[in-house]
Amino acid sequence: MLSRIVVAASLGLALTATAMAQTPRTGGTIRMTAPYGSSFSSMDIHTTQRAQDEIFAKGLHRSLYAWDSAAGQPALELAKDVKVSEDGLVHTFKLRDDAFFHNGRKMTADDVIWSFNRIMDGTKAFPGARYVRLIKGAAEVEKGQAKEISGLKKIDDFTLEMTLTEKVNPGFYFFTATTSIYPADEGAKESYIQKPIGLGPFKFVEHVPGSRIVMERWEKFYKPGKPYADKLVVSVMSEAAARDVAFRNKEIDTSVLGPAQYVAYQADPNLKGTIVEVPEVFTRHMGMNPSFKPFSDKRVRQAINYAIDAQLIIDKLVKGKAYRATSWLPITSPVYDKALKPYPFDPAKAKQLLAAAGYPNGFEFEWTASANESWGLPIVEAIIPMLDRVGIKVKVKQVETAVLAEVARNGDFQAFIYSMATGPDPQASLKCFHSATPQSACNYNNFKNPEYDKLLDQAGQADDPAKRDELLQKANALLYEEAPVWFFNYNKAVMAVQPWLKGIQLNATELTHQNVEDLWVDASSPAAK
Amino acid sequence: MLAFAIRRSLQIVPTILAVVLLIFVLFSVIPGSIVSALSDEGRGAIDAQVAERMQKELGLNDPVHVRFASYVSKLATGDFGTSFRTREPVTSMLAKRAWPTLQLIFAAMLFAIVVGVPLGFIAALKPGGLIDMASMIGAVSGLSMPKFWLGLLLMYLFALTLGWLPSFGYGDGGLMYLILPAVTLGVSPMALLARTTRAAVLEIMTADFVRTARSKGMSELRVVKWHVMRNALVLILTTIGLQFGSLMGQAVVVEKLFSWPGIGSLLVDSVLQRDIPAVQGAILVAVLFFLIVNALVDLLYVVIDPRIKYS
Repeated sequence: MLSRIVVAASLGLALTATAMAQTPRTGGTIRMTAPYGSSFSSMDIHTTQRAQDEIFAKGLHRSLYAWDSAAGQPALELAKDVKVSEDGLVHTFKLRDDAFFHNGRKMTADDVIWSFNRIMDGTKAFPGARYVRLIKGAAEVEKGQAKEISGLKKIDDFTLEMTLTEKVNPGFYFFTATTSIYPADEGAKESYIQKPIGLGPFKFVEHVPGSRIVMERWEKFYKPGKPYADKLVVSVMSEAAARDVAFRNKEIDTSVLGPAQYVAYQADPNLKGTIVEVPEVFTRHMGMNPSFKPFSDKRVRQAINYAIDAQLIIDKLVKGKAYRATSWLPITSPVYDKALKPYPFDPAKAKQLLAAAGYPNGFEFEWTASANESWGLPIVEAIIPMLDRVGIKVKVKQVETAVLAEVARNGDFQAFIYSMATGPDPQASLKCFHSATPQSACNYNNFKNPEYDKLLDQAGQADDPAKRDELLQKANALLYEEAPVWFFNYNKAVMAVQPWLKGIQLNATELTHQNVEDLWVDASSPAAK
Repeated sequence: MLAFAIRRSLQIVPTILAVVLLIFVLFSVIPGSIVSALSDEGRGAIDAQVAERMQKELGLNDPVHVRFASYVSKLATGDFGTSFRTREPVTSMLAKRAWPTLQLIFAAMLFAIVVGVPLGFIAALKPGGLIDMASMIGAVSGLSMPKFWLGLLLMYLFALTLGWLPSFGYGDGGLMYLILPAVTLGVSPMALLARTTRAAVLEIMTADFVRTARSKGMSELRVVKWHVMRNALVLILTTIGLQFGSLMGQAVVVEKLFSWPGIGSLLVDSVLQRDIPAVQGAILVAVLFFLIVNALVDLLYVVIDPRIKYS
């Protein structure tokens, strides 16, 4: 009996201790890293769409929506409520009346309208224009035919009416930092770029170009009690080995891991517990240009999918830091089809399909690739002998990663290996294969299929979300059958997080993009004070 | 002397023009542009309409000769153009990065001189001895070791194992953050200086005037101090000048590794992003720095050795 009481008491104490440990602690500094290539582009976040810049922007800025990682969908951020008209085109937002810019001024509908008009300035090239173009009249502003977006109407200071051109969820369009809301009176000033002002949980302190950006808690942030930390420091650290030393030395709280480090951290008992992973919405694939004759035949494209042992490459080369791709939409997509199985590795079947397509002895093609370790030259080199077994010869053309996007957009390839964002919006992602989408936009494989177009058009018109998802799932299955690409893998994002940093969100759109107001450091952090 | 100084200054102009032309030609030949670089490794392919507008806004659709003429005419007025990436004037970007780079270069060179020159002297005074062999093995290792690898080793030793120094970053620009990158950058010139000093001292030690000084009964210390050191200085100074001038270029790797906010890391970032005005600005500063340092060294020769005269 006594032992039972002791066990129960111990269990209770343990649970209490856990609960206490999970109570967010205020104070301290969060020390994040920005690991992607070069330093921050600009303090004017409207001018950049790079993942690197969005990391610090999550501290400084806010958009109409934010990504809710737990729900796997966008959620209202600067509005408390939205009412949608029956035709699904008019969205009336009840904006927050407690959101203050870092200069102390309250945000109103005028700031939202000003920010969206700025993004559509036709003399500039703001990347967010691709999203704001969804609003009625925005394209006219972009072309210089109108001065203000007609689809944005201020009802009162905190009510905004937005008329869209398509029946879609605007949350998928207005959650990234490229559509951040600026203060209308400050955003136009030249000094803004030196000292940006936003609505985020942290306000700007200093930017040491090429090294770090420092922010401190914004006391008037609209979420009570948040942010928890006093300070947020984001350091630019593109060298993985340097990050590794800094992480082990407890100088940083987060570090993105590549395949080699993923293996090393898993094998190290002291570091294994720091690993956080999530299937991101990126699909790695080999695009095939149908203007190159063999690739115009579906059987050839399918043969390539059968001829490559993708799982072997994922296990041995990518070190398990990826999930086998079945079709286009990734695991975290709301319409991912679990029933769909990846193309099996079956060289005999591949040979049979090639023979049926009129290529019994195979053919030769040029494969454009970058040096990327996860979806570039090392992968291509592993595939060459696999394709050779079925008679297909490969001639490699290496280009820089920065050039690959241009190669794809111009259709200047027979085949290319690439990683593309395939979410979070499944409809927008699948639209890249619609025949109306130009190659220069994102239909890089120049895919044209009337049945596919019909499914996507029907999904766009569907009022019932379940029906829409079903149609999108069918379209995704059709892509699997048509195999416009070799489906390689979905990225597994892996980040090492120090045990004292709590509140990390498994953001499938990009793991490094954290709603920093929810993060906190416990007393064991070297930067707890 | 003044005529020489003016002539050296004028020589800089064609060099700068050649560098500008070379960069322009290179960037117009190699594929890719800031627009494709913004596609960010497939994370967010840039919108086709935005891409087209960006090409136009940045003047990338203009022929190369038009862009070149426009750039050179602006350069003549001291305007380095506007960065494609940050939309800031390049001069302002370079100004922000200049001090950290100068800090790094001066610290690295100080380390190289303070360690390398005495090491070379000591090695030369007892050639074939233990110190000579050890210092020369060290010098060869220092010259052959890649900076990236050396930097990582120093990080592991002094930051992770001993915990004496921070492994990365600029901090407040203080000494603690400067030591590791400066030593990493300074090891190679230090090794070269040690070897050059040793070779110069060994050669002078066998010269006739040294033999004469010794035969006159002058102590070895005085021989070294009055005859050897002064004569070796010309060669040492030449090496210092060349190394000092080229350190800005060598700092690229070190700055990236240690997240040091200097001109070197700006150059790498700008090349990756195809930010041509920033690349040109950073390279021009590095070239100017090299030319100015070497011109100053030429002038210093006169001070060290009165026999040298520039007509």
